[in-house]
Amino acid sequence: MNRPIYELGAGMRSPLRDWPTRLHMDLLLLVCLGLLSAVGLMILYSAGGEQMELLERQCLRLAMAFLVMLAIAQIPSDWLHRIAPVLYGVGLILLVLVMGLGDIGKGAQRWLDLGVVRFQPSEIMKLAMPLMTARYLHDRGLPPQRWDVPIVLLLIVGPTLLIAEQPDLGTAVLVMVSGLAVLFLGGLSWRWIVLFLGGLGAALPLMWTLMHDYQRQRVLTLLNPEADPLGSGYHIIQSKIALGSGGLFGKGWLNGSQAHLQFLPERTTDFIFAVYGEEFGLIGLILLLALYFAVAVRGLQIAAQAQNSFERLLAASLSFTFLFYVLVNTGMVSGLLPVVGVPLPLVSYGGTSMVTLLAAFGMLMSIQTHKKMLAP
Amino acid sequence: MFRRSRSSQSVRMHNPQLERRLIRNRMSLALVLASLMLAGLGLRLYELQVQRHDHFVTLSQDNRVRLRPLPPPRGLIFDRNGILLAENLPSFRLEIVPEDVPDLPQTLDQLSRLIEITPKDRQRFERERKRSRPFDALALRYRLTDEEVARLAIDRFQFPGVDVRADLTRHYPFGASTAQVIGYVGAVDERDLRNAAEGTYAGLTEAGRNGVERSYETELRGVTGYEQVEVNAQGRTIRVLESHPPTAGQNLYLSLDIRLQQATEAALGGNRGAIVAIAPNSGEILALVSEPSFDANVFVGGIDGDSYRALNTDPGHPLFNRAILGQYPPGSTVKPLLGVADLASGQPLGAGGIYCPGYVKLPNIERRYRDWKHSGHGHTDLHHAIMQSCDVYFYQLGLELGIDRLHDTLTAFGLGRTTGVDLPGERAGLVPSKAWKQRVRKQSWYIGETLVNAIGQGYNLATPLQLAQAAATLARRGQVLQPRMVRAREDMASGQYVPLTPVPGTPVPFGTPGQWETVIDAMHAVVQSPGGTAYGSGRGAPYAYAGKTGTAQVYGLGSEEEYVQENVAPELRDHALFLGFAPQHDPAIAVGVVVEHGGSGGHTAAPIARQVLDAYLLREAAP
Repeated sequence: MNRPIYELGAGMRSPLRDWPTRLHMDLLLLVCLGLLSAVGLMILYSAGGEQMELLERQCLRLAMAFLVMLAIAQIPSDWLHRIAPVLYGVGLILLVLVMGLGDIGKGAQRWLDLGVVRFQPSEIMKLAMPLMTARYLHDRGLPPQRWDVPIVLLLIVGPTLLIAEQPDLGTAVLVMVSGLAVLFLGGLSWRWIVLFLGGLGAALPLMWTLMHDYQRQRVLTLLNPEADPLGSGYHIIQSKIALGSGGLFGKGWLNGSQAHLQFLPERTTDFIFAVYGEEFGLIGLILLLALYFAVAVRGLQIAAQAQNSFERLLAASLSFTFLFYVLVNTGMVSGLLPVVGVPLPLVSYGGTSMVTLLAAFGMLMSIQTHKKMLAP
Repeated sequence: MFRRSRSSQSVRMHNPQLERRLIRNRMSLALVLASLMLAGLGLRLYELQVQRHDHFVTLSQDNRVRLRPLPPPRGLIFDRNGILLAENLPSFRLEIVPEDVPDLPQTLDQLSRLIEITPKDRQRFERERKRSRPFDALALRYRLTDEEVARLAIDRFQFPGVDVRADLTRHYPFGASTAQVIGYVGAVDERDLRNAAEGTYAGLTEAGRNGVERSYETELRGVTGYEQVEVNAQGRTIRVLESHPPTAGQNLYLSLDIRLQQATEAALGGNRGAIVAIAPNSGEILALVSEPSFDANVFVGGIDGDSYRALNTDPGHPLFNRAILGQYPPGSTVKPLLGVADLASGQPLGAGGIYCPGYVKLPNIERRYRDWKHSGHGHTDLHHAIMQSCDVYFYQLGLELGIDRLHDTLTAFGLGRTTGVDLPGERAGLVPSKAWKQRVRKQSWYIGETLVNAIGQGYNLATPLQLAQAAATLARRGQVLQPRMVRAREDMASGQYVPLTPVPGTPVPFGTPGQWETVIDAMHAVVQSPGGTAYGSGRGAPYAYAGKTGTAQVYGLGSEEEYVQENVAPELRDHALFLGFAPQHDPAIAVGVVVEHGGSGGHTAAPIARQVLDAYLLREAAP
């Protein structure tokens, strides 16, 4: 167990750390996230009909989210291990509470009013889920054996069902994926994986019968958007026109007619990717996706260099979930996936989800910059 | 760092290097997977943006095309003779697409100088704006006058995003007479949207809120069509490119006879109460009246808060449909029902009759269970027990049968459960049993309660509709048909007239034809033999009919107290009830009558029922 200290962490060529590390920041992540936010603000200005007011509010939100990220980065990473069960427990209790006395916002029961602030307990779960599952697997030792898998599945399924009941299908899927990612990365045996996929294939017809009418409608609309031009089909038809007419190089900033003539619904929120695609074309989209990919890869790099299995699993799960976010939103906008309410990270307007998202990156930075001088 | 864990027999230990290698392998695998998905997305974008670029450019240039929903006209509602009860009148409304308006508050101010916009209109508009998407058109004003339409037409170019739309407004020509039956339409709310497929209510502003409008919402609503319209940069329509017309809602033919309905209303003569009349051979409801009522037209297009509060706090509860929601003790009207069970029991009391001293005294119980006639009826058989409504006879019968068989008997006639009528919200009433009392009150049954329940008092509750249904079941000699309000629908698309067939229920499982006639003869004596409790009301009728009065206590009297109507406050007076059918052989109409605080059934409810029967039968007989 004697490992030389110089093998620890990138950017740590000498025991004397450089300045970003001393401030517990990861420079590469910070730069990439900053770039993404800047691109987001630029496209929001265009999508929102060049309103400064919209932009100001988004800036305020971003500033707050970045502060939260930097604050969380200051927390030593072994604390994360300690608070995992607490956060998970609190999240679970709040989810149950919100079922009982939640505010009804937009027809769905997902907000909890604490007098001062209103927030969605499902946001806590986005962080608590990977924390808890990573801690459990780490404590039990890898790969998971015997009863470990069913227990972790139970940890995942409970909150997922509670969130899906609200109903908030998008968040439920994200929370579930962050837990399943930990399980997969933690060395889930192939037997289980085959069993899962087989079970999923068998459960699909059953799920179809259990789905809400509106959810079924969305799946059907995906297959044939023209069949429902008054409902969600309209979104897909218009966003495909926006993307397609953008072409290779795009129509140029502030020149997208789909968005500016207001054919594209939800153009500042869930469908902002289509506005970007119309104005900056395929080249622009590839650059944007590359930026997202770079963030995820940097996260995975941090995971690879982390000092124990808990941190590795946590960092990797957060990175993959981030990428999953992007894939679901872009898949939805380009008509590959059903319309579920998932925003494009850092670019879509609004959302309490932005704070949660950057809090996750704060945890990644904490993992990267709070290493002990001795190998585990 | 090293922790023992005992997940199996073997002791597992952390092996950091192994774990690290495992996670790294899985990470690489997952990364490859994610990259493949990203590549898939890239291919899709390539397909959209390069391969099909030209196609989408054309679409985008032509995308001055917007889809506009075409709302279907709501189905009309007729009575059984084809008289129009609910129609659509043309009107105009002012619509705003918030997203297309540069300065909303200023536009609203300017508009309010042109036409009348009340603060309530603004409030409703703001409320709906929060609930809808910015590109949805919202109504600011309904039912614009011709003058307002003209004024807006002149200045319309000043207001981008503001439009006057032709519209249809629901109207109920008979107003209060049909409000309880037909209900009304109200603004589409979140619950309507949640319960219907997406796009169902596109372009529609109203949905059925009560009565037939609610229970037949799907049929009446129709299917929204849409048109593709070319718009200019401000979003104003230039021309229509393609049109998929809507499918009109189906017309409904009610079983209601509006002339009988109005005659029935008149018969109640300002009393609070409810009357239901059913055609026994089909289960069709000929009249359903609940008084006082309200004008359903005030609800169309949204009722203002003050009017609603006034209706809601009115002591007469006009919004409350007593006919299906009001639950009253059925009182003596249950006696003929129990009479059939008595005869069918094998050892009827009716065979030898009983002696009625005016009261029943149970062993070990202080209280005397008194007959309404304190001097007693003397020797009484079933015929006289029904005709004169002898309580003691039915006290004895109750003791004979026991509470659970009383329960089974009344339930067989449809009391204590919903009738299945095609109106929303019907109440079930209540028929008690030992099991019910144990479950709900957590108490065991007392023998004294059996007596009280045997004369339809105690826990028993029934709706006027249930009384009418029980009368119809008697008229059918035990056969059961579900009562219903709609007898046919007319599909406008195919022009097909679809009659709805009667739905049979479980017949009453006891009683021979002879036993039914015995009870019905006694009911005939109630109204048309001297000495019957309602002889005064049945005298001189040109047809033979059958009935039973009921007087339901609202106010509990001590066992030795005397009920003197003049001494009791109006709101504590007894409810007057009546059920019956006519003609006695070959019945055409069965009625259930409840007059709230009307006093005695024989004096108040029976004459009202006679008027209803006359109105139907004598008019039918006339050419």
